[in-house]
Order: sequence, then C-alpha cells, then structure tokens
Amino acid sequence: MPGVSSSQDYFSLFGLPRRLTLDVLDLQSRFYSLSRQFHPDRFVRSSIAEQQDALDKTALLNDGYRILRDPIQRAEYMLSQAGFDIGEQRSKDVPPELLEEVFELNMLLEETPDRAELEDAGAKFRRMQDETDEELASLFERYDATEDRNVLQSIRSVLNRRRYIQNLVRDVEKALA
Amino acid sequence: MSTFQIDFGEQKSPVVGIDLGTTNSLVAVMGPTGQPEVIAGPDGSKIVPSVVSITESGEVLVGAFARDALLTHADRTVYSTKRLMGRGSADVQDELSSIPFQIAEGSESVLQLRVADRILTPPQIAAEVLKHLKANAELYLGQEVTQAVITVPAYFNDAQRQATKDAGRIAGLEVLRLVNEPTAASLAYGLDKRKEGIVAVYDFGGGTFDISILKLHEGIFEVLATRGDTRLGGDDIDDLLIRVALEDIGSEWSEDIARNSELFQLLRRAVIRAKEELSFMPAAFIDLEYRGRHYRRELPRDLFEQLITPIIDRTLAPCRECLKDAGVDVADIAEVVLVGGSTRIPLVRRAVENLFRARPHTELNPDEVVAVGAAVQAGILSGDVTDTLLLDVTPLSLGIETMGGVVSKLVHRNSTIPASATEQFTTAVDGQRNVLIHVVQGERELVKDCRSLARFDLKDIDPVPAGMARVEVRFLIDANGILNVTAKDVRTGKEQSVDVKPSYGLSDEQVEAMIRESYERAEDDFRERQVREARVEADSILAATEKAKANDAWFSLSEEERQNIDIAINKLLVAYNSDDHTLIRDHIDNLNAATIKLAENMMNTAVRGALKGTKIE
Repeated sequence: MPGVSSSQDYFSLFGLPRRLTLDVLDLQSRFYSLSRQFHPDRFVRSSIAEQQDALDKTALLNDGYRILRDPIQRAEYMLSQAGFDIGEQRSKDVPPELLEEVFELNMLLEETPDRAELEDAGAKFRRMQDETDEELASLFERYDATEDRNVLQSIRSVLNRRRYIQNLVRDVEKALA
Repeated sequence: MSTFQIDFGEQKSPVVGIDLGTTNSLVAVMGPTGQPEVIAGPDGSKIVPSVVSITESGEVLVGAFARDALLTHADRTVYSTKRLMGRGSADVQDELSSIPFQIAEGSESVLQLRVADRILTPPQIAAEVLKHLKANAELYLGQEVTQAVITVPAYFNDAQRQATKDAGRIAGLEVLRLVNEPTAASLAYGLDKRKEGIVAVYDFGGGTFDISILKLHEGIFEVLATRGDTRLGGDDIDDLLIRVALEDIGSEWSEDIARNSELFQLLRRAVIRAKEELSFMPAAFIDLEYRGRHYRRELPRDLFEQLITPIIDRTLAPCRECLKDAGVDVADIAEVVLVGGSTRIPLVRRAVENLFRARPHTELNPDEVVAVGAAVQAGILSGDVTDTLLLDVTPLSLGIETMGGVVSKLVHRNSTIPASATEQFTTAVDGQRNVLIHVVQGERELVKDCRSLARFDLKDIDPVPAGMARVEVRFLIDANGILNVTAKDVRTGKEQSVDVKPSYGLSDEQVEAMIRESYERAEDDFRERQVREARVEADSILAATEKAKANDAWFSLSEEERQNIDIAINKLLVAYNSDDHTLIRDHIDNLNAATIKLAENMMNTAVRGALKGTKIE
C-alpha cells in the first residue's frame, strides 16, 4: 500500500502543505478518498500483514483528520512539532490578563449566585472566547505568511488564555445547570 | 485473527449479517440481485426469538419453541440475556430482582447462569441463537456459512463487544466485523437512495437504547457522535406494567405470581400483548387466567403513556447530548430514522418528532432494518458493495489509571475508529521488571467511576535504574471498537511482551473449551437424534408386526416361522433400550427379514380379499 507511512506527519499524510490555515471541506474530501482506499473493510480477504497495515494506516488517517480539522488541535499539533511544550496548563497559572475576571467570577460563585449575573458572566466569557478565536485566525495567517517562530510563541500564549476562558465558561455553565 | 483462503474466482462463501437482539434475532444476506434479503427459517418466520430452553432430555431449543417453553418450563428457559453480556455479578447486584435466573458461584468476571442442569454464560446462550440463525441461513443458501457480521448496540463497551465476538466463535462463526446497530440501520436506509446530509438514528429496542448522528456524503456514512444506555429498552416497559398489574391483583395472588415462575411468564406475556395492542388501539386489556383465577384490567392508552413517560424521557437527554457532541443543531438534521420494536409506540414517535422537529422515517420494518444493514456491511466486506463505506466511532473514552486513582484519557469518545494513542511508560524503582497499566472506559474523572477494561502487564523490562526504561505502549481501538495493546522498548526497539488480564469476559482458553464443548454437544445431539429416529422406526415395525398377528396370514406360517418372528421381536425390544442406533437398526433389519414370508402371505390375502370385493384392512 503506497502513500501512507506511519512516520509521516499529518499534513503530508493528506498531501497538504504545513499551514495553520486550512480548507476543512478540502481536508474532508481528502480524508474520505484516503479512507476509501485504506479502510480495513477493503482488506478483509487479504493477508494478515495487509490487514494489519490497513488497520494501522486507517488509525493514523483518523487520528490525523481529527486533529487537523479542529483549528485548536491543529495549532497545538504544529506547536508540539516545532518543539513547544503544550502540556495541560495547571489551574494556578492564571494568565495575568485574566486575573481580574477569575477573581470576579470566584466572588460571584461564592455568593448565592444570581442567575442573571451568571448569564451575563457567561455571555462575557463567550465573547472573550470569540475574540481569542479571531486573534488566533489572524495569527495563523501571519505564521503561514512568515513562518516566524515568534508568531508560534504568540499562538501558544493565546491558546493558554483560550483554554482558561473555556474553563470559565464551563464553570458558569455548571453553576447554571 | 485467522487467515482467509485466496479466492480463485470460484463461488465465494457468503458472509451473512446478523442482528443479535435482546428480544429477537434475524439473519440476512445480500441476494444475487444486490438487494439484501432477510432469511426465514423452516417455519416461515424471519424473526427468531432470542430465547433458549433446555428440555428434560438435554436438548437445546431456540426461538419460537423456546419462547413457548417459557410458559411451561420457565425454570429451564432463558431470555433477554443480551443485557448480561460482558458483565459480572457485581454489575447486576442492583437488578437481581428483575433477573429471573439463578446465578451460580464464580460469576465475578462472567455471569454463570444455572439453566436446568447446565451452567451457561451469556456468550454461550447467544451462541445457541447464532447457531440457529446459521443453520437457517445454510438451509436457505444451500451452502455452509462460516463468516458473519454481527450487530451490537452502539453504546456497548469493550467487554460487551468481546463477549459478542466470543459468542460468534463458540457458534462456529468467524465474526468479520461488529457493526453498531444504529449505523447498520442507516446503511439499510441510505443504500439505494444515495442520500446526503445529516441523519439521526433513534434505536429503541428490547433491552438497549442508542442514538447516533451521521453525516452521509457520496456513499460515506460518517458517524459524528453516538450516545446511549445499554440498560434501557422495551423490557423496562414490560417490567413497569408487570409491577402495576401485581399491585392491582392483590397481595394474595401476587405473592403466588412472584414465586411461581410460570405464572409470572403468563403475566409477562399478557402485558407484552397489551403493550403491543396499544400501539394501534386506544385501549387494551391485560388479561390473565390461571387455574380458574382470572385477572382482567383495562389499560387506556393515555394511562399507559402517563406510566411510560419517565422511561421515554430517559431517551431524550442522550439525544440532546448527542446533538451537542456532534456539533449540529436540530435544524441541521435532515432525516430521522426509527429502529427497534419499541419505536412502534406512538408516544415514542411523538417524542422523537417533537425533539428533532422532523417526521421520522418508518418505511422499513423496524424489526428488520438492522439485519438488512448488517447484510449490507457483509456485502461491503466481501467486496460486493464497493461504493459505500462506514466510518464509525468509539462510544466511550479510553483512559489509563494514574496517581491517586485519576483517569488520564487517551482516546476520546466519538473518535472515528480505528483510533490509536501511544504513551510512554517508565520504571519507578531501580531494576524494576514489570509495569502494570490499568485501562478503563468511561467519561468520569476517577477510576472508580469508570468501567475497568483490563490490566496490561509489561513484562521482562530490562533491569535499569529507575526512570531509565522507556516502554512505548500503543492502544489501538480497531474497527470493531475493541482495544488492542502492543508495546515496544524504545531503547532497543524490541517488541515488549504484554500480559492481558481482562477485567470482564472469558479468557481465550475458556472460549476454546466452549467451542470444543459445543462441538461435542453437536455430536451428542446428532447421535441422540439418530437413536431417536431408529426407535421411531422400531416402533412402527413392532406395531405393524403385532397387528399382523391378528391376520389370517399369521396362522398360515409354520410354528418355526412364528417362533423366529417372536425371537426377532424380543431381540429388537432389548436393543431398543440401548443408546446404539446401529444395533437398533440391525435388529429392525433382522425382524424385517424374519417377516418377509408373513408380509407376502398378507399381500396374497389382501389380493384375494380385493378380488372378492371385501374391504382390505
């Protein structure tokens, strides 16, 4: 079976350039056509070696598709490929620009939470999340144009902040539920 | 995994699709015209009740006969055992009262059910149903069937899937693929019409509930998300109605019913009949008569709906969560497909319609649609269907136990399968030779809240200082949704041996033993049948000879001839009680030989009688 090797990175697996911006529909059609080619369903009557090969390659395709189609996971993958540590951030490492929000939310959650206030907070955090997404999108474009490692550094800190905001959204949703 | 013979263009052995259901099972195959066909048994019925009964002589009954035996021999009959697949005794503690079977000792990792004088595990019971379907398919196709696709609830965990695969092996079937039931149903629906768009499949069967959301695009069936409950089905509605009736009947009689398994089965059958009637009637009766006592209660549909609403509601929350997991809105759903007998209930249809704001599809028979889809997948695997491909997901996250009993997730639920994850492990102590990895399935943070899948023991690690060993472990969930684990030493690149200790389920050795037992029993069964047939033949010749003794022809024989016949009769009567069918047949032949003259004389008498115009007896 030519075309896929387990040492390949996910971008070349799909025949794509190493870019942070990506056409998801195009990725999907590549994923579908490679799946048609390599899926274990096509090799049920083949030798054990070929069956194992189909299994390994399809697992790789599925793992790659899952990561590349999601902009956040795609960026994290790119960062880890470039040697950045993207390990799960500990909760005490609050990004400094979020300290105020975190403090306010904790206050709010400690009091008897008022539904309207919680909903306001939730809306605010979701807005912040949208803003980071826009920020990420423009950083992606900048990186693809320049391949500047400093841009990756910026992406990493935005991703950290985004993860933190996500936790805030989750906390609010939990309190509302 | 076993190898396959290379096909040299001779007739391919057929791959069948099997819906192994909680209540009913079916087998289907791709027909010569490329259309799936559901196969009927010799009795003309496509539906085989998933019921197994053991007769007093040790014979195994499956299907409609076994279901009838529930009323007469409830203590020798098992049903709905799919709910017990891949489970241990601790799992069923809280529902022991609703499991009407005796559970034997040693059921920690696999339930052992006492059925008559035998101890059977749920995979062995399922294997009996599979053997029955296999025989039906062989009769229909006129050739041996050894390979199958079997469907499972989408929400089945690793142990439940493995148990289903084991059942196939015990039945003499190589299970080429386990397919999720709602996905199979979508194949049945989407095959001919080249459908596009997002589809929701709501599968409410006898024992399990699944909801799956798929994207259909140019023959690719991509599952986006799935949710479910493997302990929620029509059986729960039956149990509820039984409780209502018991309360109604009054303490005296209901105590009898709780103790009397035959009476209990009569009541169960009565409530099921009422439930089914309520799908097309505004009211039905729960009607029970037993030894002169009579219970009859009217159940109007609105009361029925009021009673079952909490059960139906339990299916709706997973639907909403599934939409969220799939990242789609209700408005994105182009079509809703209903699967499973419980979707015949009008309230279920209304609830689904309200939730998805779309009128659900019901063109295909909800009892058959899963088997049809399984046949389509069988067609894909055997190469007969080429433009269709199923991309399914794993329903549950896979993780490993880390410090403090916390789960570290490796593969998230709704990942397309095959899916894999690699993780490096090292040693904590100088010279440590083993590392034990505990793998769990589930969404919770703590190990104790997840389902233990297996413990993997990495053995014979090179004795090096603590932290120096590097073992890379690969966790691969295959296309059946079953975990495979391999490991290698990163420094040497050598394959690392892994000892697997499944938390639930049968060991390979146990399955092998069951295959042998099943094979031997098949031989026993065959021998028993031959003996029985020989005795039937003996009965008829003995009766004929006895009758002939009253005929004139008997008296035309010599004393010696008559004596010879009597000796032959006595010899056959002795042989009759042996278990040797050849001995019985020898003495049948012997008696036949001794009675040739008698038969001739009788014939002559008859001819003379006919010539005289008398009636021949």
